[in-house]
Parts: sequence; C-alpha cells; structure tokens
Amino acid sequence: MHSDRASTKLKVAAGLGLSFMHLPIILIFIYAFTTEDKSYQWPPPGLTLKWFEVTWNRPDVWEALTLSLKVASISTIIALILGTLCAAAVSRSRFFGREAISLLVILPIALPGIVTGISLRSAFNIADIPFSFWTIVLGHATFCIVVVYNNAVARFRRTSGSLIEASMDLGATSFQTFRHVILPNISTALLAGGMLAFALSFDEVIVTTFTAGQQQTLPIWMLEELVRPRQRPVTNVVAMIVVLVTFLPILGAYYLTRGTDTVAGQGK
Amino acid sequence: MNDRALHTDRSGVLTRISDKLWRNPRLTILLLITLPALWLGIVYLGSLFALLVQSFFSIDEFSGLIIYEFTLKTYGELFTPANFDIIVRTVLMASAVTIAAAIVSFPIAYYAARYARGKWKAIFYLGVMLPLWSSYLVKVYSWKLILAKEGILNWLFETLHLSWLLEAYLSLPIVGGNSLSVSSTGTFLVFLYVWLPFMILPIQAALERVPPSMMEASGDLGATPQQSFRHVLLPLALPGVIAGSIFTFSLTLGDYIIPQIVGSSRRFIGQAVYAYQGTAGNIPLAAAFAVVPIVLMGGYLWVAKRMGAFDAL
Repeated sequence: MHSDRASTKLKVAAGLGLSFMHLPIILIFIYAFTTEDKSYQWPPPGLTLKWFEVTWNRPDVWEALTLSLKVASISTIIALILGTLCAAAVSRSRFFGREAISLLVILPIALPGIVTGISLRSAFNIADIPFSFWTIVLGHATFCIVVVYNNAVARFRRTSGSLIEASMDLGATSFQTFRHVILPNISTALLAGGMLAFALSFDEVIVTTFTAGQQQTLPIWMLEELVRPRQRPVTNVVAMIVVLVTFLPILGAYYLTRGTDTVAGQGK
Repeated sequence: MNDRALHTDRSGVLTRISDKLWRNPRLTILLLITLPALWLGIVYLGSLFALLVQSFFSIDEFSGLIIYEFTLKTYGELFTPANFDIIVRTVLMASAVTIAAAIVSFPIAYYAARYARGKWKAIFYLGVMLPLWSSYLVKVYSWKLILAKEGILNWLFETLHLSWLLEAYLSLPIVGGNSLSVSSTGTFLVFLYVWLPFMILPIQAALERVPPSMMEASGDLGATPQQSFRHVLLPLALPGVIAGSIFTFSLTLGDYIIPQIVGSSRRFIGQAVYAYQGTAGNIPLAAAFAVVPIVLMGGYLWVAKRMGAFDAL
C-alpha cells in the first residue's frame, strides 16, 4: 500500500459514511418546502413557501422558541461562570479532591440523560420545589458546565504561567492581571465554549422532559409533534430552522478555535 | 511620570485582597472552586443521591403509595421476566449499535486522520461536527420521514423493483415488523445514525497519533495491508474505539425517545423508567431501573480504564 494515496475502497467507504450522516439532514430541508400535508410522501408532489408563513403565524412556536432561547442564554451564562472558575482551579495547581472535581464535572453528560433527569425530578419532589423556568435552567446549566470547562481547561494549559507572573512582577494586581492578561488569552475559548453550551441547551430534550412540568421548550414542542403529529408541514419548517440555528454557533466555535491544539466541540 | 507606575499605591482594598490571594494560593483555589463545587455537589450529587434513596423504597401494591422503609424488594422486581427482558433487550441493542458504529466509523476516521489535508481536513472535521451538533430530535424526525411507508426508502426499493426483498426482510422475526418504522431494525438504524459522530471523533483522535512510518515499517517488513491493519493499526486504534463505545453504549442505554418514535412496542430501559415514574407513579421502581445503566456504565468504564481508553479522550 503506497503511503500517500488512499485506496479506492477506503475512499468509497469514507464517502458513503459521510453521506449517511448528511443525507437525512438534507432531506429535512427538502421536506420543509413540500406541498403535501397529510403524509411523508416522497418525492414531494410540489414545492411551496406557504408553510413558512403558516409557521410564522403560530403563537405556540414563538412561545416555545422564546422559552428555549431564554433558558439557553441563562444556562450558558451560569455555565460560563462555573466552568471557568472550575477550569482555573483545576489547571492552576494540584490540590486535594482535584481528580474528584474533574470527574464530577463530566458526570452529568457521561451518565445517560435520563438518569440526570429523573434524579433532578426526584430531588425537586423531595424538596417540594414546583416546576418553573428555573428548574429547567438548573438542569441545563449543570450539564453545560462541562462544555465550557473542557474548552477553558485546554486553553489554560496553553497559557504559560510565566505570563501571569510577569504581569504581577510588573505591579499589576490579581484583578488587573485577570482583566488584561488572562481574559484576552482565554476569551476565544470561552466564547467557543459558550456557543457550544448554548447549542447544547437549545437542543436538550431528555433532561428537560423531567424538569419542565407543563412548559414547552422548542425541543419539547417538537417531541410532542413527533409523538402526536398535528400539522406536519409546520414541524418540517421548524425542524429546518432548528438545524440552521444550531449550525451557526457550531461554525462560530469552529472558526474561533481553529488552529489551536484542541478544537472546540469534540466533547459534546 | 513613570514614578507612579513604579511605586504603585499598595494600600487600596482591591490591591490588598490581590496581595493576600497571591500569597495564599490555597485560598485562591478554595475561592475558585467553592462555587462550582457547591453547584455540582448540591444540584447534581444531591439529586443522584435522592434517586438512589428512592430506589430502596417500595410501593404498596394496593394503595399505590410509596412506603418509606429500606427494602431491596424493588431491586428484586428488576429480575421478574418482563423487566429482565427489558434490560437484556437494551443491552443487546446497545452492543449492536456500538459494534456497527465502530465499523461504519473506522473508514471515515482513518481517512480523516491519515489522508485528508488542508481543505479536506476541514471538510471532514465539519462533516462530523455538524451532524454531531445538529438537533437530536430533528435527526430522529428525519428518520421518521425516511422510514415512513410512503417515504424515500420504500420509494427507492420500489423504483429498483426490490420491494420483495424488503418484505422478505420484514417478515423475519425480531428484526422485522409491519414496516421499517415500527421494527427494531428501524430503531437500530436511528440509534446508529444519531450516535455515529460520537464514535468517529475518538477513533480519529487515536489514529492521528499513529505515525505513518509505523504502517510503512510494517509493509517493509513484508506484511500485507491486511496484516498491517490487523496487527499494527487496529491495536493502536483500540483505545479510541473503546472511548467511542463508552458514548454509544451509554447513550443507547439511557435513551427513551428514539425507541418511542421509531420502533416496535417492546420497551427499553429508558422507556421503562419514563413510564414507571410518570403514569404508573411507581417512583421506586423507576429509580431502581435508572440505577441499572449507572451500574452497567460503571462496570464498563472500569474495564475501559484498564484497557487505556481514557488516554484517547
């Protein structure tokens, strides 16, 4: 086997694999324009833009979208603060319980979502906490911490400690050092981590079904439509929009961390 | 003018706090870690503990009320034939998905790690990343479109005049069913599709660390490409495969949405947990069921760690 050229078999297998991953998503885009509204008929009998207008005028879609955006924003902010603090502590030094902390951060996504979900629900039950906006945020922030943490910890490791020492030697306080030396160094990693956390929260459904009560985030709305379809074309359009909305932060995170040792997004 | 910069006033409150922090690295760590540790400790570990406690309670069969007394009876219920079937079915599905994902992932990961350069590297990277991050529900939904009776897959079989083949396949026991969207083959396909990127990334990470010269050396020493693959590449890629299998296995164990939307009426662990805690109101049994994936994953992680899988994460 010559070393610099892939064999045709490998190329075909890799190509087929990649198309297997993308064709279903492309199909979603086509179905958003179909004129058929009773079944999932292929090929679509005709194409139309009508369903975009119908979707635009649906208050339930807007409510779900607003709730999802709010939850994702607040969870991202909490995850950014906690994840960065955690990463700073873990990467700065070795201390008692360091391993335990790094395991604890990863646990919420290492264990199946249903475990996190039902745990939170039974805790809410025991503590008599009624379901609200904040119970959703509580769950989301918990599993978003790890995304920020992963990105921040990788960057902290690359940021040389002598930079911080130099800054302090030159008379800067810890806070000035943070503001003028550390923050510029880690900002793109944080931005990338934040974007991924946002995408993760925006899309989360398993934990949310346990912590939302009667409220509907967009994924819950979607799930409801999947189980009991009411208006299929509207679901098609929403599906397409959701794909587009999640692609933007991912592309953003990719371009922000491109060329560094750890590219964002690997640890979903 | 530089005087001020050299002799900065060291008496401000912030400055004093800052000096104290610098002199006390332990205090700094403590301050940094307290908030996240409290959050994870209370919200997450607290909840897990609440779950664990509930699994040791039981339910009164007549009144349907929870008896708050320590008992192992609920765990015993896991081994009744109906419940044990659910566990076995879920583990079999998780294993099948994991093996299939490893096979499908390998060529993609290998090509991306070994041959893709420059623009192609980016295309492969985003090509895996975008499906990984695109909405889980939308991905499931797309398979509902694909597998539907009037959908693209049936249309394809019809156009190729191969409908008889599909029907013959669907008439098989276990993997078959009335149509693809209500068969366990359908469930399997969706699981495979949704978790595939989680397998590709760790394998690719492991393969990127294999120097090309190793394969060349193996070839120079007279190994056929098959032998090089079997005895050089595969062992070196194994930690990546195991790392990926942790994801595919764990995610399949805990999922309750995919088998609910695409699949037969036979239940998986996730669905059992959801049903017992919801309509049935049997929270202790739901909790005991939720402990099953935790225990299985604990054992799995322990084995994986011994095989060095975490170095590839």
